[in-house]
Amino acid sequence: MTNPTTAVGNENGGVAESTPIAPSGEVEQVVVPRHHLLDLDDLAPAEITDLLDSAVSMLEIAGRDIRKTPALRGKTIITMFFENSTRTRVSFEQAGKILGADVINVTASASSVSKGESLLNTVKTLQAMHIDALVVRHPHSGAPYFISNHTDASVINAGDGTHAHPTQSLLDLFTVRNHLGDIAGKKITIVGDVLYSRVARSNIIAFQKMGAEVVVSCPNTLLPDEWQIGSTLGEETGFGGLKLARNVDEAVDGADVVMALRIQQERQDAGHLPSLREYSERWGINATRMALANDGALLMHPGPMNEGVEISSEVAHGAQSVVEEQVRNGVAVRMAVLYTLCAPGKSIRATNGDEV
Amino acid sequence: MPKSRRPGEVQVTIDSERVLLTQDDIRRAITRISHEILEQNRASRDLVLVGLHSRGVHLAPRIADSIERIEGFRPVVGSLDARLWRDDPDVASRQPLLPSDIPNGVDGKPVVIVDDVLYTGRTIRAAMEALLDFGRASRIQLAVLVDRGHRELPIRPDFIGKNIPTAHGERVQVRITEIDGDDAVVLGREN
Repeated sequence: MTNPTTAVGNENGGVAESTPIAPSGEVEQVVVPRHHLLDLDDLAPAEITDLLDSAVSMLEIAGRDIRKTPALRGKTIITMFFENSTRTRVSFEQAGKILGADVINVTASASSVSKGESLLNTVKTLQAMHIDALVVRHPHSGAPYFISNHTDASVINAGDGTHAHPTQSLLDLFTVRNHLGDIAGKKITIVGDVLYSRVARSNIIAFQKMGAEVVVSCPNTLLPDEWQIGSTLGEETGFGGLKLARNVDEAVDGADVVMALRIQQERQDAGHLPSLREYSERWGINATRMALANDGALLMHPGPMNEGVEISSEVAHGAQSVVEEQVRNGVAVRMAVLYTLCAPGKSIRATNGDEV
Repeated sequence: MPKSRRPGEVQVTIDSERVLLTQDDIRRAITRISHEILEQNRASRDLVLVGLHSRGVHLAPRIADSIERIEGFRPVVGSLDARLWRDDPDVASRQPLLPSDIPNGVDGKPVVIVDDVLYTGRTIRAAMEALLDFGRASRIQLAVLVDRGHRELPIRPDFIGKNIPTAHGERVQVRITEIDGDDAVVLGREN
């Protein structure tokens, strides 16, 4: 699969034990349980559905008075964040703790990384302490793949450069499924930085995989050069069927889900945007634009929001907004991921109903 | 024949099988268990039946229906997936977790855990621990359709459909219409 962005390293690096899925998604068979979660592109739709199903139970547990289970008792999970984050890091930490694991947080600025220790040596040091899972956020695309080749622990990608953010997509799928039931056949509109956003890339893959129609709208400067606004991408791009709307109104028209992405200040500094004000006028999601979407359409944002830029305060906190719910669901989805990857014991799964 | 076997569920080749309880036997056992539960709990209106996934979830409503016929009130029915509380996740498969739900909670109420087969007792230990996290029940009891022996923990059932002494190599299969297409308890010997 080609990416609009660059992914360093082997596409399937670190997930050699999982079987790539057929493009049709009809017959998937995962012979050995997954050990890492690096991207969603090699997950079968049935695996994604299993994770979302488990997250339903996890959400119930996360909402109890006593939020604790012994499922991962005695396991050590390290979150290693080389970029700033509030919700993703806290959400992984809370997920691990509810499942009974010991969670240790490492941040680049407060670790030996700031003394110049290499990524490889940092991983080897942590590996020597017998860790079970490593949750990694890194500014360089592909860093989690590299790490997964140098540790026995399960590596979970919590966002790498412009490449992937698989748990964000899982929580977005989960949120949409909770509200709209089936994801298949729904129109999902993503407005924002398609070229650099790992959330956009992961969500295009995730929602297409689950049978949704995905439409994107953004300034020409934030699309890969070879993509033509107004066209529908062919299979050779790896995003076959992705529609590139002519303008945001066309994209939002009849949508079941409108997802606004954060415009990063760096993009404007790099000359991709004329001004934030112009972006806000032409691509910002406000009440007028939301009115074009279907009745009951959801408004989503992965956060943090720049209110008044890509999303108006009025709709960000309006009745259609599920932004806070996305955060709550993030804990449940990450519990499901940690449990599936880290629970001891390996069961063998086939999706055709037979035991392998 | 099995209608909807969950993917990944262990399918054991059985070279011989013997029906131990028929559909009518199961119905009568459930009626008797219902009487016993009412007697032991003095027909408490707070009674909560909690079925364990997967087959106990279908047995609990049958007991509730039976109690309603006998006593004129229907106890609250809940469901529980205790896999996160198990001490042997090797056995607990990695199938998606199933929803746990106990309407109105268990605080101060008598609770009856309902399961199909009682074997090592490890599932019940996990279920009790999971249940304690829902609240403080006034009393926890256990109803099973079949007790096949070989306990590995000091756990005993309060209500039993049938005691079936078995060998380790044997397999007791409870078939429930909702899952397997028919009602029966079958003893098989594994190859």
